[in-house]
Amino acid sequence: MMARIGTVVFSFLFCALASTGALAQQPLRIGIVTFLSGAAAGPFGVPARNGFELVAEMLNAGRAPAPYATKGFGGNPIELVVIDEAGGPQKQVAELRNLSQRVDYVVGYISSGDCLAVAPVAEELKKLTVLFDCGTPRIFEDASYRYVFRTGPHGTMDNTAAALYALERHPNIKSIAGINQNYAWGQDSWADFEAAMKALKPGIEVKTSQMTKLFAGQFGAEISTLLSSGADLIHSSFWGGDLEGLVLQGAPRGLFQKHIVVLSAGEPGINRLGTRIPDGTIIGARGPFGPFAPDTEFNRWFRSTFLERYNVPPNYASYKAANALFGLKSAYEKAQKAGAANPNQDQIIAAFENLSFDGVGGTVKMSLGKGHQATMENAIGTAKTVGGELRMVDVKRYAPERINPPEGTKSETWIKSGFRK
Amino acid sequence: MNDILAVLFDGVVYSSWLFLMAAGLTLIYGVMKILNIAHGSLYALGGYTAATLAGAWLAAGQAAIGSYAMLVAAAVLVGLVMGPLLERGLLRWMYGRDEVVLLLVTYAAFLILEDAIKLIWGVESMLLPDPYSLPGNFHIGTLAYPVYNLLLIAMAILVGLALAWALFRTRQGKLLLAVIHDREMSAAMGIDVNRVYLVTFTVGSMLAALGGALTAPMIAVSPGIGVEVIVLSFAVVVVGGLGSLGGAAIGALMVGIVRSAAVRYWPEAELFTIYFVMALVLIARPKGLFSAPEARKI
Repeated sequence: MMARIGTVVFSFLFCALASTGALAQQPLRIGIVTFLSGAAAGPFGVPARNGFELVAEMLNAGRAPAPYATKGFGGNPIELVVIDEAGGPQKQVAELRNLSQRVDYVVGYISSGDCLAVAPVAEELKKLTVLFDCGTPRIFEDASYRYVFRTGPHGTMDNTAAALYALERHPNIKSIAGINQNYAWGQDSWADFEAAMKALKPGIEVKTSQMTKLFAGQFGAEISTLLSSGADLIHSSFWGGDLEGLVLQGAPRGLFQKHIVVLSAGEPGINRLGTRIPDGTIIGARGPFGPFAPDTEFNRWFRSTFLERYNVPPNYASYKAANALFGLKSAYEKAQKAGAANPNQDQIIAAFENLSFDGVGGTVKMSLGKGHQATMENAIGTAKTVGGELRMVDVKRYAPERINPPEGTKSETWIKSGFRK
Repeated sequence: MNDILAVLFDGVVYSSWLFLMAAGLTLIYGVMKILNIAHGSLYALGGYTAATLAGAWLAAGQAAIGSYAMLVAAAVLVGLVMGPLLERGLLRWMYGRDEVVLLLVTYAAFLILEDAIKLIWGVESMLLPDPYSLPGNFHIGTLAYPVYNLLLIAMAILVGLALAWALFRTRQGKLLLAVIHDREMSAAMGIDVNRVYLVTFTVGSMLAALGGALTAPMIAVSPGIGVEVIVLSFAVVVVGGLGSLGGAAIGALMVGIVRSAAVRYWPEAELFTIYFVMALVLIARPKGLFSAPEARKI
């Protein structure tokens, strides 16, 4: 009889321990949304997916450096469920509704249009969603969210920093022109840059603003117009194939020699175009990423591990992807330290708000949007071919407070006020 | 004066590019009554194949001049492989059905080919800038233009003249015109209509691929480049009149020059110009500028 009781008790304890072990090993499922097809896949989507997968693998293996040496998220392994961002905002809203049932958290979105569409849906679904790349400042300037965070800085600082840099390096600029893609990203970027230049140098003249169709690819007439415009400086927020097309078509015609050209999101083009980017081109990376990342042990680890795995250096999308996972891990583990062994979503959100964490590229402060929007410093540099390799020289760093609006102020208003705090 | 010359030249360069695609599209429609949406994919395939062949040629250290031959070879290769494959393997099973069904079939082919391109070449863009920059520049006033633009114009003129000669001066061309005029009567008179279809679709595919191959040195060859092209070519063909080669040439010139003028003088309206031209023409001539009168069958 005692033996039977002993067997039952042992079996119960074994099952209980086994189930506890199984619970402890239950992976946290993270939905990843990034472009796997379409024109944004090559420059952003796939480099971002590679960043996500590499960091998840390193975290699960406990091979990430301090302060992220703990395996997974606080000891729990993480599992990524990757879906394609292609298809437009309507499709992404439907995808999010499906995905949210399969995962614990969602991390993703490159397109500003997608971010604007999914943010209210994430709120409605009460699903913790971390936006990692999209640029529009409108996410948290026009609305307030509890379940939505963005660990990448928004687009305002791309152009305020570019304007500051351009005028510091070339104080005699009297006129500007623009060539940007005719959708939210291009229009917002040009509006920010134009307003920043006018605020910093009143009386500056705008010669022409070319708004091209997205993925037009051919810019012969636009380049002729820019060359004839007489503008001292040309601003472009082109990306992907349009960016590469502009350089390939503009450089042989002297566009980059006759004008100061600012490519505010030009960094992903560096890996693709290399020395074809003419000397003197001003380049931004939407933050301290890629060649603009500070030379820290953390950055060296990320860059070399990425390069070893994918045979290409990480670009800013890869950096932002990595930072999103590091941010979520930081919030999770902060919630654990507050006493919750397996923190629930509310506890993670509480820990995430106003969090400051180490990102690859520098400190990330969730300091805008009531603690949901990240800021970082920004770095801008000038392209120069040295010894057959393209380098970024005269790199200047700008503190986040100098290039971002204060909490509660809209970017547009703040820029027009002359960056007044 | 320089401004006007620049507008005209930019417009003609753009028109040349448009014509290369529109010529193939209108030829296929004229003969087969198929609005071939897969034309965009054939353009993209031409671009990718050209970037691969000419890129390999240059990487092997061969003479740069040979890279231009590689561009043309890529177009011929894509045309000879994809034309018969699509026409014999897919479209011939659909002949006799409604034009809308055929349009949907070519749209399906377009989607399949877009994914096939991604499977073969991946999602990274391909660059082939050397043929564009190698011939150097010439000047119109103070503006520098790549000599490559002149090659593009010359090729468009050559293609237009060759097509016109083949259509109106050769026996095969006259047979083809007969099929355009009345397919059933042509078949009754002993013309091998299926062969005419095969040749027409292959030549049309080659022209689409040639457009892509000649554009490859100017752009980043990347996923989705065929999408925009099909919309623009369709607009040009509609302006000129579906099935009219001369119409495609005039339509391309109108669209190209109006767009170029808009870019310079009214950039906000640039996106709208192509459709503005199309709308104006269709109001005046609902079947396009040079649409042939249709014989009414009783």
